[in-house]
Amino acid sequence: MIMEVSLNHYLFVSTTLFALGLLGVLLRRNLLVIYMGLELMLNAANLALVAFSRFNNSLDGQVMVFFIITVAAAEVAVGLALIVALYRKRQSAHTEDLTHLKF
Amino acid sequence: MQDIFFYLFAALTLLSGALVVLNPFSRNPVTSAMFLVLTMVFMSGLFVLLHAFFLAAVQILVYAGAVMVLFLFVIMLLDLKAEEQRRIKVFSAGLGTAAVGGLFALILLAIHNGAPADTGLARIEGTTFDLGQLLFTSYLLPFEIVSVLLLVAMVGVILLSKKDLK
Repeated sequence: MIMEVSLNHYLFVSTTLFALGLLGVLLRRNLLVIYMGLELMLNAANLALVAFSRFNNSLDGQVMVFFIITVAAAEVAVGLALIVALYRKRQSAHTEDLTHLKF
Repeated sequence: MQDIFFYLFAALTLLSGALVVLNPFSRNPVTSAMFLVLTMVFMSGLFVLLHAFFLAAVQILVYAGAVMVLFLFVIMLLDLKAEEQRRIKVFSAGLGTAAVGGLFALILLAIHNGAPADTGLARIEGTTFDLGQLLFTSYLLPFEIVSVLLLVAMVGVILLSKKDLK
Protein backbone atom coordinates (compact mmCIF):
# COMPACT_ATOMS: atom_id res chain seq x y z
CA MET A 1 0.00 0.00 0.00
CA ILE A 2 1.38 3.39 -0.96
CA MET A 3 1.34 6.08 1.67
CA GLU A 4 -0.43 9.32 0.94
CA VAL A 5 2.06 11.88 -0.28
CA SER A 6 2.83 14.42 2.42
CA LEU A 7 5.26 17.27 2.95
CA ASN A 8 7.89 14.85 4.23
CA HIS A 9 7.91 12.95 0.95
CA TYR A 10 8.79 16.09 -0.95
CA LEU A 11 11.39 17.03 1.65
CA PHE A 12 12.96 13.61 1.27
CA VAL A 13 13.28 14.05 -2.49
CA SER A 14 14.68 17.54 -1.96
CA THR A 15 17.23 16.33 0.61
CA THR A 16 18.41 13.49 -1.62
CA LEU A 17 18.79 15.82 -4.56
CA PHE A 18 20.75 18.27 -2.44
CA ALA A 19 23.05 15.49 -1.24
CA LEU A 20 23.60 14.40 -4.84
CA GLY A 21 24.50 17.92 -5.88
CA LEU A 22 26.93 18.29 -2.99
CA LEU A 23 28.46 14.94 -3.86
CA GLY A 24 28.99 16.17 -7.40
CA VAL A 25 30.65 19.35 -6.18
CA LEU A 26 32.99 17.37 -3.92
CA LEU A 27 33.81 14.40 -6.14
CA ARG A 28 33.87 15.65 -9.72
CA ARG A 29 36.90 17.52 -11.03
CA ASN A 30 35.46 19.18 -14.09
CA LEU A 31 34.48 22.79 -13.40
CA LEU A 32 31.38 22.52 -15.59
CA VAL A 33 30.13 19.40 -13.81
CA ILE A 34 30.80 21.10 -10.48
CA TYR A 35 28.57 23.91 -11.72
CA MET A 36 25.86 21.39 -12.58
CA GLY A 37 26.10 20.09 -9.02
CA LEU A 38 25.48 23.63 -7.79
CA GLU A 39 22.41 23.85 -10.02
CA LEU A 40 21.12 20.57 -8.58
CA MET A 41 21.49 21.96 -5.06
CA LEU A 42 19.64 25.17 -5.98
CA ASN A 43 16.86 23.09 -7.51
CA ALA A 44 16.61 20.96 -4.40
CA ALA A 45 16.09 24.12 -2.35
CA ASN A 46 13.45 25.27 -4.85
CA LEU A 47 11.56 22.02 -4.50
CA ALA A 48 11.57 22.28 -0.71
CA LEU A 49 10.33 25.88 -0.88
CA VAL A 50 7.49 25.03 -3.27
CA ALA A 51 6.47 22.10 -1.08
CA PHE A 52 6.48 24.28 2.04
CA SER A 53 4.47 26.90 0.19
CA ARG A 54 1.89 24.34 -0.85
CA PHE A 55 1.47 22.73 2.54
CA ASN A 56 1.42 26.03 4.45
CA ASN A 57 -1.17 27.60 2.17
CA SER A 58 1.01 30.59 1.42
CA LEU A 59 2.28 31.77 -1.95
CA ASP A 60 5.33 33.56 -0.49
CA GLY A 61 7.49 30.48 -0.94
CA GLN A 62 6.76 30.39 -4.65
CA VAL A 63 7.70 34.06 -5.05
CA MET A 64 10.96 33.19 -3.31
CA VAL A 65 11.54 30.37 -5.81
CA PHE A 66 10.89 32.81 -8.65
CA PHE A 67 13.65 35.06 -7.31
CA ILE A 68 15.98 32.11 -6.80
CA ILE A 69 15.53 31.03 -10.41
CA THR A 70 16.32 34.56 -11.59
CA VAL A 71 19.43 34.88 -9.43
CA ALA A 72 20.56 31.38 -10.45
CA ALA A 73 20.31 32.35 -14.11
CA ALA A 74 22.48 35.43 -13.49
CA GLU A 75 24.89 33.35 -11.44
CA VAL A 76 25.26 30.75 -14.19
CA ALA A 77 25.96 33.43 -16.79
CA VAL A 78 28.70 35.05 -14.70
CA GLY A 79 30.17 31.71 -13.60
CA LEU A 80 30.37 30.34 -17.12
CA ALA A 81 31.98 33.56 -18.34
CA LEU A 82 34.58 33.12 -15.59
CA ILE A 83 35.18 29.52 -16.65
CA VAL A 84 35.67 30.61 -20.27
CA ALA A 85 38.10 33.33 -19.18
CA LEU A 86 40.00 30.79 -17.08
CA TYR A 87 40.10 28.32 -19.94
CA ARG A 88 41.61 30.96 -22.21
CA LYS A 89 44.49 31.38 -19.78
CA ARG A 90 45.08 27.75 -18.86
CA GLN A 91 43.53 25.60 -21.61
CA SER A 92 41.87 23.45 -18.95
CA ALA A 93 38.65 23.31 -16.99
CA HIS A 94 39.98 20.73 -14.58
CA THR A 95 40.33 21.71 -10.94
CA GLU A 96 43.63 19.90 -10.56
CA ASP A 97 45.20 22.06 -13.26
CA LEU A 98 43.95 25.25 -11.63
CA THR A 99 45.76 25.21 -8.33
CA HIS A 100 47.59 28.53 -8.63
CA LEU A 101 46.41 31.57 -6.76
CA LYS A 102 47.90 33.97 -9.30
CA PHE A 103 47.72 33.72 -13.07
CA MET B 1 -3.58 8.85 -9.09
CA GLN B 2 -1.61 11.93 -8.06
CA ASP B 3 0.34 9.81 -5.61
CA ILE B 4 1.43 7.46 -8.36
CA PHE B 5 2.60 10.43 -10.41
CA PHE B 6 4.50 11.74 -7.42
CA TYR B 7 6.40 8.49 -7.00
CA LEU B 8 7.05 8.33 -10.73
CA PHE B 9 8.38 11.87 -11.02
CA ALA B 10 10.33 11.66 -7.76
CA ALA B 11 12.04 8.44 -8.84
CA LEU B 12 12.85 9.84 -12.28
CA THR B 13 14.14 13.11 -10.83
CA LEU B 14 16.44 11.31 -8.40
CA LEU B 15 17.60 8.83 -11.02
CA SER B 16 18.54 11.46 -13.58
CA GLY B 17 19.99 13.64 -10.81
CA ALA B 18 22.23 10.76 -9.80
CA LEU B 19 23.28 10.23 -13.41
CA VAL B 20 24.36 13.87 -13.65
CA VAL B 21 26.86 13.35 -10.88
CA LEU B 22 27.77 9.67 -10.89
CA ASN B 23 27.42 8.28 -14.37
CA PRO B 24 29.20 4.91 -14.51
CA PHE B 25 29.22 4.88 -18.32
CA SER B 26 30.36 8.32 -19.28
CA ARG B 27 32.54 11.10 -17.91
CA ASN B 28 31.53 13.40 -20.70
CA PRO B 29 30.17 16.76 -19.49
CA VAL B 30 27.61 16.72 -22.33
CA THR B 31 26.01 13.58 -20.88
CA SER B 32 25.84 15.25 -17.48
CA ALA B 33 24.23 18.33 -19.03
CA MET B 34 21.63 16.23 -20.82
CA PHE B 35 20.69 14.41 -17.63
CA LEU B 36 20.50 17.76 -15.86
CA VAL B 37 17.93 18.86 -18.47
CA LEU B 38 15.95 15.68 -17.73
CA THR B 39 16.16 16.40 -14.00
CA MET B 40 14.75 19.90 -14.54
CA VAL B 41 11.89 18.59 -16.68
CA PHE B 42 10.89 15.91 -14.17
CA MET B 43 11.15 18.44 -11.37
CA SER B 44 8.73 20.71 -13.16
CA GLY B 45 6.39 17.70 -13.12
CA LEU B 46 6.72 17.72 -9.33
CA PHE B 47 5.94 21.45 -9.37
CA VAL B 48 2.73 20.76 -11.27
CA LEU B 49 1.78 18.16 -8.65
CA LEU B 50 2.30 20.90 -6.05
CA HIS B 51 -0.03 23.17 -8.05
CA ALA B 52 2.80 25.59 -8.84
CA PHE B 53 1.86 25.88 -12.49
CA PHE B 54 3.64 29.14 -13.21
CA LEU B 55 6.88 27.92 -11.68
CA ALA B 56 6.65 24.67 -13.63
CA ALA B 57 6.54 26.68 -16.84
CA VAL B 58 9.35 28.98 -15.71
CA GLN B 59 11.43 25.98 -14.69
CA ILE B 60 11.21 24.56 -18.21
CA LEU B 61 11.71 27.90 -19.94
CA VAL B 62 14.55 29.26 -17.85
CA TYR B 63 16.36 26.16 -16.63
CA ALA B 64 15.81 23.51 -19.27
CA GLY B 65 15.79 26.19 -21.92
CA ALA B 66 18.10 29.10 -21.26
CA VAL B 67 20.49 27.89 -18.56
CA MET B 68 21.17 24.49 -20.06
CA VAL B 69 21.63 25.94 -23.55
CA LEU B 70 24.23 28.24 -21.99
CA PHE B 71 25.92 25.21 -20.41
CA LEU B 72 25.99 23.27 -23.65
CA PHE B 73 27.17 26.34 -25.52
CA VAL B 74 30.14 26.72 -23.19
CA ILE B 75 30.91 22.99 -23.36
CA MET B 76 31.02 23.22 -27.15
CA LEU B 77 33.06 26.42 -26.97
CA LEU B 78 35.67 24.86 -24.72
CA ASP B 79 35.78 21.71 -26.84
CA LEU B 80 36.24 19.52 -23.79
CA LYS B 81 37.33 15.99 -24.32
CA ALA B 82 35.75 13.36 -22.14
CA GLU B 83 37.47 13.57 -18.82
CA GLU B 84 40.39 11.22 -19.16
CA GLN B 85 40.52 8.74 -16.37
CA ARG B 86 42.60 10.43 -13.76
CA ARG B 87 43.47 8.64 -10.62
CA ILE B 88 40.78 9.26 -8.04
CA LYS B 89 42.21 9.96 -4.65
CA VAL B 90 40.45 7.31 -2.63
CA PHE B 91 40.98 8.99 0.71
CA SER B 92 39.56 12.38 -0.23
CA ALA B 93 36.72 10.83 -2.22
CA GLY B 94 35.81 8.64 0.76
CA LEU B 95 36.01 11.60 3.11
CA GLY B 96 33.77 13.67 0.83
CA THR B 97 31.22 10.88 0.54
CA ALA B 98 31.22 10.42 4.31
CA ALA B 99 30.67 14.14 4.86
CA VAL B 100 27.77 14.24 2.40
CA GLY B 101 26.30 11.08 3.95
CA GLY B 102 26.53 12.65 7.41
CA LEU B 103 24.80 15.83 6.27
CA PHE B 104 22.13 13.78 4.47
CA ALA B 105 21.43 11.73 7.62
CA LEU B 106 21.33 14.89 9.73
CA ILE B 107 18.76 16.62 7.51
CA LEU B 108 16.63 13.46 7.29
CA LEU B 109 16.72 13.20 11.09
CA ALA B 110 15.62 16.82 11.40
CA ILE B 111 12.75 16.22 8.94
CA HIS B 112 11.74 13.06 10.77
CA ASN B 113 11.79 14.69 14.21
CA GLY B 114 10.02 17.85 13.11
CA ALA B 115 6.38 18.11 14.10
CA PRO B 116 4.28 16.90 11.18
CA ALA B 117 2.75 19.86 9.43
CA ASP B 118 -0.98 19.79 10.13
CA THR B 119 -2.35 22.66 8.13
CA GLY B 120 -5.45 21.01 6.81
CA LEU B 121 -6.27 20.99 3.15
CA ALA B 122 -3.80 22.64 0.81
CA ARG B 123 -5.79 25.15 -1.19
CA ILE B 124 -3.35 27.51 -2.87
CA GLU B 125 -2.83 27.54 -6.59
CA GLY B 126 0.37 28.98 -8.02
CA THR B 127 -1.22 30.36 -11.15
CA THR B 128 0.31 33.19 -13.14
CA PHE B 129 -2.47 35.50 -11.98
CA ASP B 130 -1.97 34.87 -8.26
CA LEU B 131 1.80 34.97 -8.42
CA GLY B 132 1.82 38.08 -10.59
CA GLN B 133 -0.48 39.87 -8.20
CA LEU B 134 1.84 39.10 -5.30
CA LEU B 135 4.91 39.98 -7.34
CA PHE B 136 3.64 43.44 -8.29
CA THR B 137 2.25 44.40 -4.90
CA SER B 138 4.06 43.16 -1.80
CA TYR B 139 7.19 42.01 -3.63
CA LEU B 140 7.58 44.96 -5.97
CA LEU B 141 10.86 46.22 -4.52
CA PRO B 142 12.68 42.85 -4.61
CA PHE B 143 11.36 42.40 -8.14
CA GLU B 144 12.94 45.66 -9.26
CA ILE B 145 16.18 44.89 -7.43
CA VAL B 146 16.40 41.52 -9.19
CA SER B 147 16.03 43.28 -12.53
CA VAL B 148 18.99 45.49 -11.63
CA LEU B 149 20.92 42.37 -10.63
CA LEU B 150 20.27 40.86 -14.05
CA LEU B 151 21.55 44.05 -15.68
CA VAL B 152 24.69 43.97 -13.52
CA ALA B 153 25.25 40.29 -14.40
CA MET B 154 24.88 41.10 -18.09
CA VAL B 155 27.42 43.92 -17.94
CA GLY B 156 29.75 41.71 -15.92
CA VAL B 157 29.55 38.87 -18.42
CA ILE B 158 30.27 41.18 -21.35
CA LEU B 159 33.25 42.62 -19.51
CA LEU B 160 34.55 39.16 -18.58
CA SER B 161 34.29 37.82 -22.11
CA LYS B 162 36.35 40.64 -23.59
CA LYS B 163 39.58 39.46 -25.12
CA ASP B 164 41.92 41.81 -23.28
CA LEU B 165 40.91 43.19 -19.92
CA LYS B 166 42.26 46.62 -19.18
